[in-house]
Amino acid sequence: MSPLQPLLLLSCALFSLGVFGMLTRRNAIGLLLAVELILNAAALNFVAFSQAVGSVHGQAFALFIIALAACEAVVGLAIIMSLVRTANTVFADELDLLKG
Amino acid sequence: MTIQLGIIGLFALMVLIGALWVVMLRSLFRAAMSLGLVLVGVAGIFLVLGAEFLAFAQILIYVGAILTLVVFAIMLTAKLHAANAAPASRQTGPAALISLGLFILLASITPVFAPPPAGGEIVTLAALGQQLVTTLILPFEVISLVFVVAMVGAIAVAATRRDKTSS
Repeated sequence: MSPLQPLLLLSCALFSLGVFGMLTRRNAIGLLLAVELILNAAALNFVAFSQAVGSVHGQAFALFIIALAACEAVVGLAIIMSLVRTANTVFADELDLLKG
Repeated sequence: MTIQLGIIGLFALMVLIGALWVVMLRSLFRAAMSLGLVLVGVAGIFLVLGAEFLAFAQILIYVGAILTLVVFAIMLTAKLHAANAAPASRQTGPAALISLGLFILLASITPVFAPPPAGGEIVTLAALGQQLVTTLILPFEVISLVFVVAMVGAIAVAATRRDKTSS
């Protein structure tokens, strides 16, 4: 027997909390933290299924998720630094330059 | 098996409490530290599930690199969030309803995925490495391309352009 069900529930909870953070946080860095939660939920799902069916592909794709999360954090923080320099704010709801 | 389930339960508790703190805490620095708690908890679950390499990659890359980067960004922008007295979150009620509904929807689907009765054999690190350079070579190479593009893009976006002001 493998603990697949509880792990899937944990992954669902982690994903939902990440979505909650995405919806409520005003700070752009807080949004990045919520995205990391969502990516971790996906990686947890991959590893749980990989262990349940004995396939190596789940672990490989969890590895790719970790690599992509690193890229996403680097580019996201670079954009935030650029925003601070041009608009002098880190709050996502104050960035309404493109609003008609 | 019960010991394994107990350890996973402890790590799961750590992950859930940390995730709640990540989205609820007002102080962004404390939220980043609780993200570290979540990441270590997920790495512990990976370890119990027999994915040792992933667990250590998770600690090395997430806790070692990404979290350090995020903490640097928080400290560089600390003046901006200290100056703004507005609430750190908005629309908490509707967002809580939406995410609770999402959780119930996702959780109601999970019983479909019953584990196979035979159970999987342990995935070895040797098999993972073998697959990464044979059948999974294309995604592996695409990831390295993405790394190069992300690095060049991050430098291009974040670098200060002195040439425009001087010339």
